[in-house]
Amino acid sequence: MFTEVNKPVYLKETASQTAGPYVHIGLAPQQAGFDIFENNFGNVLVTPETKGERIRLEGRVFDGSGAIIRDVLLEIWQANAAGRYNHPADRQQGKELDPSFRGWGRACSDFDTGVYSFETIKPGPVVGRHGKVMAPHINMWIVARGINIGLNTRVYFSDEEQANAADPIINGIEWVERRKTLIAQRSEENGQAVYRFDVYIQGPDETVFFDV
Amino acid sequence: MTTPIAQFGEFLQRDRSWHPPAYTPGYKTSVLRSPQKALISIENSLSEITGPLFSRDELGALDNDLILNYAKDGLPIGERILVHGYVLDEHGKPVPNALVEVWQANASGRYRHKNDRYIAPIDPNFGGCGRTLTDENGYYFYRTVKPGPYPWRNNINDWRPAHIHYSIFASGFAQRLITQMYFEGDPLIPGCPIVRSISNEEAVRGLIAQLDRGAFVALDSMAYRFDIVVRGARATLFENHIQGAK
Repeated sequence: MFTEVNKPVYLKETASQTAGPYVHIGLAPQQAGFDIFENNFGNVLVTPETKGERIRLEGRVFDGSGAIIRDVLLEIWQANAAGRYNHPADRQQGKELDPSFRGWGRACSDFDTGVYSFETIKPGPVVGRHGKVMAPHINMWIVARGINIGLNTRVYFSDEEQANAADPIINGIEWVERRKTLIAQRSEENGQAVYRFDVYIQGPDETVFFDV
Repeated sequence: MTTPIAQFGEFLQRDRSWHPPAYTPGYKTSVLRSPQKALISIENSLSEITGPLFSRDELGALDNDLILNYAKDGLPIGERILVHGYVLDEHGKPVPNALVEVWQANASGRYRHKNDRYIAPIDPNFGGCGRTLTDENGYYFYRTVKPGPYPWRNNINDWRPAHIHYSIFASGFAQRLITQMYFEGDPLIPGCPIVRSISNEEAVRGLIAQLDRGAFVALDSMAYRFDIVVRGARATLFENHIQGAK
């Protein structure tokens, strides 16, 4: 018998488990009801120095019965106003890093209202695969009790119709009707730009989730 | 670069059959919180291969010591344990500077959380969360007390095995992972509906920390070893590199 000396060996990724109902203890202890760390990660991505248009991204997350999920934790990851990620792998030419913008935030839905929100800036467009420019977007990751493996989606902007129409990811969604689940709706509140992005985990309006 | 596996690049496809599916009716809460439509598969772009990077100065000196980081007027009750291991990628390469965040119940199975109503008491000296960054070899460790099992509303007499929750950041947002670590020999593991959301036994074994006598601290603490594997980058032979990427 042959032994498979040259068989390539890969380790298996550690299997996912639900974040559970008490995810806040580890990732947002103040929301769990106590103060422990000096430095807390949160939902404000901007400082006064950050370049770009200030926006608030907010919404709610719904389950398959239409009920609001009030114990969800969301993270976002985005490019800066110039369309560059604060990461050494991003070598796009002619786009400056913004030292006062990491581009990552973490928020929890409110236990009473179910509303989550992020204070951030509108990102610029980023070059995608095959040189196709992607419309401005925010990458979102959602975990909660009952979600066995984190859900990845993207938030696009309602006032970027032209860019959205050319976006390779949006256009790759075969069901045209489902594309609108990725568009956050812009409004103004007291002079502040607010984008509303509700997520439907299940059902007829189910948000598009990606296998990235 | 002599190796086709770049430091950063698109990731190996996730083996979804290894992970729990979204819909696992034995774990009842998943029934209404599981997408029913197929995930849309997309090629990795900069949006997926990049992600937040963390540095040591963002963490406090006691962030990885759950025995001391919430101690008020004494030490927490419970079995003192060290938990340690490596964060590796699927190629077996160590992942340095991975942010490992952990949270858990106290020794009696109660969480310090406003929504936990279990009758077992809060421990005034135990918060139940910590975090650390892996070193240049991908190694991490923290100190805590062993969490207790506790009952939960699923079937009316379901009990969670003792476990510690983990959240992992490597270098790309597509590697983002949350999981739970169990303890070798715990008889509650095989019957747990959350454990059983994973159908592959080998995948479950990967979540069970092993007692590590070599790392015990004599007359002080026992130790458990728990390695974590995150997604690795694909080889990039004869392939266009991701536009704008290193």
